[in-house]
Amino acid sequence: MNSLELATRLRTFLPPDAVLHETEDLRPYECDGLSAYRQAPMIVALPQTEGEVIEVLKACHAAKTPVVARGAGTGLSGGALPHAEGVLLSLAKLKRILEIDPVARSARVQPGVRNLAISEAAAPYGLYYAPDPSSQIACSIGGNVAENSGGVHCLKYGLTVHNILKLRVVTIAGEILEIGGECLDSPGYDLLALMTGSEGMLGVVTEVTVKLLPRPEKAQVVMVAFDDIRKAADAVANVIGAGIIPAGMEMMDKITARAVEEYVHAGYNLDAAAILLCESDGTVEEVVEEIRRIDEIMNKSGATEIITSRDEAERLKFWAGRKAAFPAAGRVSPDYYCMDGTIPRNKLAQVLSGIEALSVEYGLRCMNVFHAGDGNLHPLILYDANKTGELEMTEKFGAKILQMCIQAGGTITGEHGVGIEKINQMCSQFKPGELEMFHAVKAAFDPEGLLNPGKAVPTLRRCAEHGAMHVHRGEEKFPELPRF
Amino acid sequence: MQDIVGQFAGIIRAAAEDKVPLRIRSGGSKDFYGNRIPGQNDRVLDASTYAGIVDYERTELVLTARAGTRLADLETELRKHGQMMAFEPPYFGSTATLGGCVATGLSGPRRASAGAVRDFVLGVRMLDGRGDDLRFGGQVMKNVAGYDVSRLMTGSMGTLGLLLEVSLKVLPLPAMEITLHMAMKEAEAIERMNRWAAKPLPVSATCFCDGGLAVRLSGAEPAVRAAHAKLGGDEIDDGGVFWESVREQSHSFFQSGKPLWRLSIKSTAPPLPLPGKQLMEWGGALRWWADETGIDAGVAREIAKAAGGHATLFRGHESCADVFHPLEPAMMTIQRRLKEKFDPMGILNPGRMYPQY
Repeated sequence: MNSLELATRLRTFLPPDAVLHETEDLRPYECDGLSAYRQAPMIVALPQTEGEVIEVLKACHAAKTPVVARGAGTGLSGGALPHAEGVLLSLAKLKRILEIDPVARSARVQPGVRNLAISEAAAPYGLYYAPDPSSQIACSIGGNVAENSGGVHCLKYGLTVHNILKLRVVTIAGEILEIGGECLDSPGYDLLALMTGSEGMLGVVTEVTVKLLPRPEKAQVVMVAFDDIRKAADAVANVIGAGIIPAGMEMMDKITARAVEEYVHAGYNLDAAAILLCESDGTVEEVVEEIRRIDEIMNKSGATEIITSRDEAERLKFWAGRKAAFPAAGRVSPDYYCMDGTIPRNKLAQVLSGIEALSVEYGLRCMNVFHAGDGNLHPLILYDANKTGELEMTEKFGAKILQMCIQAGGTITGEHGVGIEKINQMCSQFKPGELEMFHAVKAAFDPEGLLNPGKAVPTLRRCAEHGAMHVHRGEEKFPELPRF
Repeated sequence: MQDIVGQFAGIIRAAAEDKVPLRIRSGGSKDFYGNRIPGQNDRVLDASTYAGIVDYERTELVLTARAGTRLADLETELRKHGQMMAFEPPYFGSTATLGGCVATGLSGPRRASAGAVRDFVLGVRMLDGRGDDLRFGGQVMKNVAGYDVSRLMTGSMGTLGLLLEVSLKVLPLPAMEITLHMAMKEAEAIERMNRWAAKPLPVSATCFCDGGLAVRLSGAEPAVRAAHAKLGGDEIDDGGVFWESVREQSHSFFQSGKPLWRLSIKSTAPPLPLPGKQLMEWGGALRWWADETGIDAGVAREIAKAAGGHATLFRGHESCADVFHPLEPAMMTIQRRLKEKFDPMGILNPGRMYPQY
């Protein structure tokens, strides 16, 4: 079926303006938050109801046409990069909050609802939705489910997978699956976990029931400066070793602290080799006690400066710096490339010095922000896309960082997803048998491979062509792999 | 230890070749759970020999252990370092192992506040139904590379693969715990537990039985004391013993000898219209019911469904087919297909969850 035939078919049940297929109408959908990769889809479909989503999927299934689901398009790994011969299924119009149950502490929402809008709607009840990815003002809950999004508070409050109760999912065949429930577990296999972070490869989410948590009575943050990044890393371990789970624990290196300080004037120490933000939340009594202990530990860990936020305004000011890290990178460089690896925290110093060496090797600056509590590292490689070859160098630099993360016993993506961006690195992280199992899992949901094809899991052929080596615990052999 | 993995893989491959079902068993403490498997010719794979802690770094909050490791040994080691498995796993016998804990996916009293086993599983190493040695997830908190097979394995009752190693997120032990007791009616208890859960209070467990509500508070001493002042109730002396009796089902409620139903439902559901005694946990989201009347399973299931959940025939049954709540046809199709992908010959614990797989 060609594009015009399929568009005509979709218009039998969608309004004319909900089916786009003219070149100029498709352009806004060419990329998601990873703008280095662009591809116009054949058609964009904008259903408004679950019933319309089902019809679109059935039509695409019948026509054997690929479908790429898209939420707010803020994803950073190209997960919503369109397929040239496929339909881009935008869930943006499914944006109603269907129900807030303040007693059972849950919210039932459509996938296009923005992350922050849930917390805003729950606020009158003293409740909120915990995962807070930095894009929370714009990103949609459907996208959060697809990527298993985290945020700065996930060491204590968990990721998306820990904070959702139930999903309504439409399969490529147009069947509805109810996954999870209003209770705390469900019979059979845990498909709620399997769907979360599945990057639109298994089904299309049309409804999400999330858990709401009581807003903490009080939150306070300690801003700590260190003259050595190793001391900062040790301080993080000391806090956790003392039995404290901070609500947030973020680290920035010197170049990041300077860039954000110039931009938002958060009051960061410019001489520090590393800045640590450590937040405590809970009841007033809990926070007072915890802050006292954190302060003590930071002192013992060799902090050069410790400032505790005196009020909410100051707390927000300290956080404003961390939250401005990405835009600050955009101010000091024409372009930047955000990486997303996770490492065991005790490998931090080793990985950071490795990044420093790569930075010299490639002649590209790199800012490091780090969700220190959970080991999730975001190096921001600064480059200029207008300089010939610099993007390619940046991608090579980034790939080496991810390789280092795997060698350190970590992973190539902590929260941004694999998408199209890290698909080659999947060949390094997983053995062929494991990749085959991922393909098998997809086939259980989508036997024809029509949902978001080519993303998240590489074919073994691609791995062979890419020449990536499976790296596990320093073993770099990959004998099972056929070479072409 | 790698020899043992090789032996396990050999047993699985031979069973696949011979098309003979394998019963995966470790400590045997949860033999009672799931559908009875009458098969006389089944081979048993004793997974308990693959034991021991592989890696434990307390400041990383991550522990990796072989699946045959006894829960008691894990908890002893964790406690030594001031940490715990926050989902408070039920043992149901001193021989309980990590593998059985993860395979059954059962969590204890702290579940409603801290999360379930599946929330703490970070990664697994496993053998699938072909005997292939596979790793999913990892040893870090945040990891979205590939589908979340580790959590899929959790609660899959050994039907998808043999767990070899599991990495868990662990948490610090609370500085202080106290248990409060207050007398009230069931409906009032449901109302209060839900109201408390919507407030920032350090409630870590609740249990209602026989007109009494027990509440456990955990955390820093000033926070626990302040919460006690807010909630009221009398502090009891042997809180630890009480919560263990609930978790291990040695509490007198569980001694009736009658079939025991587990109803996992919406926490706000009003008292269930079932005859006889119930015990309530998880802020109202878990109701245990000892069936003294021999009720039709369908009735219990309808009641659970109407209350937003599902019902499991947990103990004291002879059932071969309907321990777990039936699945909708579309859901059953997907689950059966998943089983086929992991275990193409259908040899791993067939029928333990559903007769269809």
